[in-house]
Amino acid sequence: MIGTTLTVWAAFQNFGPFNIVIALGIATIKAALVVLYFMHARYSPHRTQLVIVCAIFWLAIMLGLTLADYNTRPHNMQPGEGRLVQPVPSHFLSV
Amino acid sequence: MHRTGDLYGQFQTLEQQKETAALGMWIFLVTEVLFFGGLFLTYTINRMAYSTAFGIGSNTLDITLGAGNTVVLILSSLTMAMAVWSAQVGKKKLVSIFLIATLGLGTVFLGVKAVEYKQKFDHHLIPGRSFDMKYHPTHPMPGDDPKELALEKKEVEEAFAHDPDINAHGQLYFSLYFGMTGLHALHMIIGAGLLVWLIKGSFAGRFRPQYNTPVEIVGLYWHFVDIVWIFLFPLLYLIDRHR
Repeated sequence: MIGTTLTVWAAFQNFGPFNIVIALGIATIKAALVVLYFMHARYSPHRTQLVIVCAIFWLAIMLGLTLADYNTRPHNMQPGEGRLVQPVPSHFLSV
Repeated sequence: MHRTGDLYGQFQTLEQQKETAALGMWIFLVTEVLFFGGLFLTYTINRMAYSTAFGIGSNTLDITLGAGNTVVLILSSLTMAMAVWSAQVGKKKLVSIFLIATLGLGTVFLGVKAVEYKQKFDHHLIPGRSFDMKYHPTHPMPGDDPKELALEKKEVEEAFAHDPDINAHGQLYFSLYFGMTGLHALHMIIGAGLLVWLIKGSFAGRFRPQYNTPVEIVGLYWHFVDIVWIFLFPLLYLIDRHR
């Protein structure tokens, strides 16, 4: 219940100037408090905790690998603007 | 199915039945995490590609309403947790009170969301033929702050100079905004339906310390919906805020 006061306080902290990392950091802390205390994850059987860890793990795979792929492939198809000088193989996604 | 009171035949004890139900709900929530995760991923990739359009799109959202809604939803999570606690300690009257409070706060959230959607309709920010990010700065609505409007106008003009396709890319932002908040709102509406069912059950005095699985399971769902909003709020409302 103390955590709730903190989360509401954190929500109001967002009004000042800040960057995306702080915003998402606060969001993650809030979400963790909700999972641990409101959803009783802290007092759940180990197999339930395993399911929660799995959710985070698969989410990390999906976000991490997809973003790693998008950020390392050359997407810029516009001639003269990007780093690409050679024709792009057709299997490259265009964004 | 054979059933003794609240205990279904395949379980030995109510405790075992409850743990099984909670595990099943968590597995459902994992699929929900990945479902919303895909949308967050789509949002991130598009935001990296069209950060100017996403930035001014985000700045058109009303931060007061958004932050207010965040508080409302966290409070509703608190009342939901209190309802689960009341059921566990056997305070039957409190269960009803906290469930009704949760439903009330959920309805307030959806009402505020409806006000925000209406604002976007009025400002021509619905993806489609009449979408125009220049519309609102040049067509002030009653009650607009002229200083804010001038800032918005300047910002939109700078953005057009920087990215001439801003109306196309802005539609991407608003498609994701309406898609993500709309799906979140749909989850809230389903949650409100479940709460109505729980409130009926609590009036009938169904939930006792020995058996409160439905309250606990709907509680898990409600908290999950809260968590989705906790991430939607900074990503949609706060990304490029520097006024």
